[in-house]
Amino acid sequence: MSLALLVGVLSGSISYGVPLLYATLGEVLVERAGIINLGLEGVLLIGASVGFGVTFETGSPALGVLAAALAGALFNMVFGFLVVSRGASQPASGLIMMFLGMGLSTLIGNPYVGKQIAGLSKFQIPGAAGLPWASATLFNYDLLVYLAFPLAALVWWLLYHTRWGLSLRAVGESPTAAFAAGRRPALLKYQALFLGGLIAGIGGAHLSVGLTMTWNQGMTAGRGFIAIALVIFSKWHPLRAIVGAVLFGGAVTLQLQMQAHGTMISPFLLDMIPYLLTLAVLLLWGGARRFAAPAGLGKPFRGTE
Amino acid sequence: MGMSRVAELAPRLLRRGRGLTAALARVVITAALALVAFGLVLLIIGRNPARAYVDIFRYALGSYYGFSEVLVRMIPLLFTAVAAALPFKLGLINIGGEGQLYLGAWLTSWAALTFPGLPQAVLLPLMMLMGFLGGGLWAAVAGALRAKGWVNETISTLLLNYVAPLIVNYYIFGPWRSAEAASYPQSAAFVPAARLPTFGNTRVHLGLVLALVVLALFWLFMARTRWGLEMRAIGGNPEAARRVGINLFRYILIVFFIAGGVAGLAGMAEVSAIYGRLPQNLSPAYGFIGFLVSWLAGGNALGIVIMSFLFAIITSGGLILQLTQRVPYAAVNILLALVLFIVLAQPVRTQKRGGG
Amino acid sequence: MNNPPIPRPSPEGCLAAAGPLIALRGITKAFPNVLANDKVDLDIYPGEVHALLGENGAGKSTLVKVLYGFYRADSGEVHFLGQRVQLRSPLDARGLGIGMVFQDFTLIPAMSVVENIALFLPRLSAVLDKRQIVKRIEEVSERYNLQVHPWAPVWQLSIGEKQKVEILKLLLADARLLILDEPTRVLAPHEVEALFQVFAKLRGDGYAIIFITHKLPEVLACADRITVMRRGRVAGALLRSEATESSLVALMFGATPPAEVSRRGGPPPLAAPPLLELRGVYTRGQGMATSLAGIDLLIRAGEIVGVAGVSGNGQRELGDVILGLERCARGRRFLMGEDATGWSVARVRARGVAFIPEEPLLMATVPLMKVQENMALGETKRYELGHGFAVDWGSVRRDMEQAFQMLGLEAPPFHVPVRALSGGNLQRLVLARELARNPKLIVALYPTRGLDVPSVMAVRRLLLEARNAGRGVLLISEDLEELFSLSDRLVVLYRGRLVGQFKPEETTINEVGHLMVGAGGPHGHEQGR
Repeated sequence: MSLALLVGVLSGSISYGVPLLYATLGEVLVERAGIINLGLEGVLLIGASVGFGVTFETGSPALGVLAAALAGALFNMVFGFLVVSRGASQPASGLIMMFLGMGLSTLIGNPYVGKQIAGLSKFQIPGAAGLPWASATLFNYDLLVYLAFPLAALVWWLLYHTRWGLSLRAVGESPTAAFAAGRRPALLKYQALFLGGLIAGIGGAHLSVGLTMTWNQGMTAGRGFIAIALVIFSKWHPLRAIVGAVLFGGAVTLQLQMQAHGTMISPFLLDMIPYLLTLAVLLLWGGARRFAAPAGLGKPFRGTE
Repeated sequence: MGMSRVAELAPRLLRRGRGLTAALARVVITAALALVAFGLVLLIIGRNPARAYVDIFRYALGSYYGFSEVLVRMIPLLFTAVAAALPFKLGLINIGGEGQLYLGAWLTSWAALTFPGLPQAVLLPLMMLMGFLGGGLWAAVAGALRAKGWVNETISTLLLNYVAPLIVNYYIFGPWRSAEAASYPQSAAFVPAARLPTFGNTRVHLGLVLALVVLALFWLFMARTRWGLEMRAIGGNPEAARRVGINLFRYILIVFFIAGGVAGLAGMAEVSAIYGRLPQNLSPAYGFIGFLVSWLAGGNALGIVIMSFLFAIITSGGLILQLTQRVPYAAVNILLALVLFIVLAQPVRTQKRGGG
Repeated sequence: MNNPPIPRPSPEGCLAAAGPLIALRGITKAFPNVLANDKVDLDIYPGEVHALLGENGAGKSTLVKVLYGFYRADSGEVHFLGQRVQLRSPLDARGLGIGMVFQDFTLIPAMSVVENIALFLPRLSAVLDKRQIVKRIEEVSERYNLQVHPWAPVWQLSIGEKQKVEILKLLLADARLLILDEPTRVLAPHEVEALFQVFAKLRGDGYAIIFITHKLPEVLACADRITVMRRGRVAGALLRSEATESSLVALMFGATPPAEVSRRGGPPPLAAPPLLELRGVYTRGQGMATSLAGIDLLIRAGEIVGVAGVSGNGQRELGDVILGLERCARGRRFLMGEDATGWSVARVRARGVAFIPEEPLLMATVPLMKVQENMALGETKRYELGHGFAVDWGSVRRDMEQAFQMLGLEAPPFHVPVRALSGGNLQRLVLARELARNPKLIVALYPTRGLDVPSVMAVRRLLLEARNAGRGVLLISEDLEELFSLSDRLVVLYRGRLVGQFKPEETTINEVGHLMVGAGGPHGHEQGR
């Protein structure tokens, strides 16, 4: 493998992995609160379309990303109404949000099909250029890429080192125990959904405003579901999510690079790997898996009475 | 003004539902609320909702061709709804209809491409069998993992959904790729003997009959047979079911196999009747919509027919919106989601089992 | 921690002098069908270990849950340091320094000890300082000998360690009165001893402790005062110095009136064929379940074998192991003379075993299904038509009517969902279903629990008739009166072992009562192993 190929794969895995990382982090937060959001694909689409639209209209990618984040959070509030306030089935509600996101993003993005924006500007970390093995592509990213990794650490810190995170995880494990300890499960679940939507919305925006600089209908191409798989893969842990997202980004890039270099492995077979790997991981965990997933995941909480 | 009154009243009316008229009233009120809400969306993007709805209904219900197209779309939904409803009776969730449909289509195509010389009377049943096997074995993987208590079936069926189309893509981009249209990845066309017969000059095909037969069997099976009784016992109280000697492991495995097989038949019908070859992106989320149809219908056979029909109208409506109002087809997903949202948002305390 | 100083009387003598910490007066609490607490008075003094003793269902748990604000009493008063207080929720109780350890712990298995305790702390900082919390945990755990690894996830802990965490949780959250609901139920003997040492230490520091139990040795080992409850009332309250095993047993079980229905018609012939035989059966318990250890049991045709014991000592496991739901980890099971160790539930039932589980709504029926459907579930194969493609509802209904006639009762409507039936009707339905199958062996767990008197008599008569018709019956019950009047033989189940075997006429309720609560008894016929 040549150095150029290696650098290409490395830089590609970061570019591809970052939107996934945002989506995964958002879902980790939500699932830690005991909610499985199959509508994540919808959140990403909303983020991508709103982000692109606002950027195009205002010329400011920063505003676009901000709007996308808020849109993602609001979108999750609708989901929260169904699964938290109404105690509706989470898989069914999630699929509804997927369809809603597909539809709404299509309408929002429709005027911008075929339009191009400048998008987020790329820059090198000061000093990185001096490193001997750095190249023009490596260490030349937009701000959201640089922020994604500290964000994972922030989410980790929030979950494991603050009172809020402790309560949130308690709600995800056992709403009854959390309630007995004086917490308000519904409020915490809404908070998790809001924050999770915020982060996933940024992930969606990064796709359109950071990577492609265009809007295409359905451009997230199943990344929401890959992120859900990555949440399991990373055992609901924000720092392991980095590994999962970058590994997956690497697999995609490697496969593109291999195609470019004429290697004849079907990309479709490579594409299966993350899904099959996740299944294999689920199987391998065996007895320990019970304690990996939040124990209250997927179950509605309707009070203690 | 008037709308908020409706919004206030409707949930109360919906809750009161008993009997067929009430059920119909529920459907109508839900649909009306969804149409009003979607109308607002259309207004916001500067379209005329009244015109749009008139167009949709004139097409879907008022024209021979339009109505036939609604039926065409209804066929895969009937299959995939049954595929979700069967495990639902055990209190289990199968959101893998999409993947099972793809694998059914894949094995069907294998039979059609491998044995083009067979007479239709042999080839079509063979394709059906392969379609059933393809979807069934795919779902049985998730079923086995669940029956053993290793992997939750919601997650495994979801993950397998994304693997199945890749298998199809592998074949149509690779070994099966047709030479006739090099830029368009798809398999070679099936021989005429491999095509399901259609009715008259429409695209409505024999799959409709097959789907209704499957649905009737499903209903008979659940309502009349010993196995249906035992399945309902498992769904209603697994603890009691174990204590009266029902073998849960066997039921979970077999039910997932049959459910997947039925979803596979949807794939079989699509490739055999509609496409006549194995195309890329063969399903516009039929598997997912089927799951929601079954969920809305609470696994009730008549409910599945009504909801499939309703959702078929909605998805056909998307085409009309695209043609007459220049609204992208995918926008119709909003209407679909709104219908479901309104149902799910009911403040009903006792949700149907197996939902979460 | 920083509690206000508490008046600390010496354990005995001057108890009456200092006022009680908590005084309950006339607490009454009714549930549908049961009067769980009937005008109960209870005084708790600071610095005392107070045992609440009684059979299951005597109302002990209800009483402490009222005190913890978990239930609201229908009437009665709670006084805290002489002042009347309202306990509307556990939050109110915690505000007064009342803490409770529930039978099934409220810990979160996936989280660490320190996290579980932090979640419960009243004044937790927004950014967690786990090291500081660990320091506090270590201080307290050292003082009271409650050592646990603070960073360990709770799921890795033994049950005894989990209990320590629960107690630490209360201590760190400034509780002054600790309530423990059957804390020793799931502990090994050495853990029980350690727990009592903790109690002693806490008492020395002025904490008050209430603990629920039905085991006499424990009460006598560590309580300062004892309140005995029976059927929702206080049967007696005494100081440790006044209590003896016999006086407590008498208070717990009362004087028993002679039974109305009882076994007549002579003992079964000794040569009657064995229906069920367990030889050295062990089970592997999961979670908090009691596992069976070396059970030897033989039931012959035409006899009723009664299993006495306080529930939770392996009753459910014994039933399940016979039914084939629970595996024999060791030992063998024989049915009708055949080795049936590996048989499935379906096969066991098909060979003529009827099963009446302890909770008919949760374990025997499907609540949303109709009466006749639940009836058919007893033996679906028997009612199938056309190899299973249809069900013969006519014969289901016929069998059901016949079975109910046999019971001398009217059958409930066929098309009503079972959920709508009352507890008594539900139990009758399960009985009718199981007896309609004409079983050789009937395994019944608490078949008369919660029934009214006529139904109880009907059920008992039925079991006797089954016996006289040459069937074998395994009757698991807590009702000694019932066991004594029905059983041909009586065994006692305690902590997963059979600790005594009697003929009812050769023993006394008192003796069996002693064995049930682990008091050894004057001459318990210990079975080998």
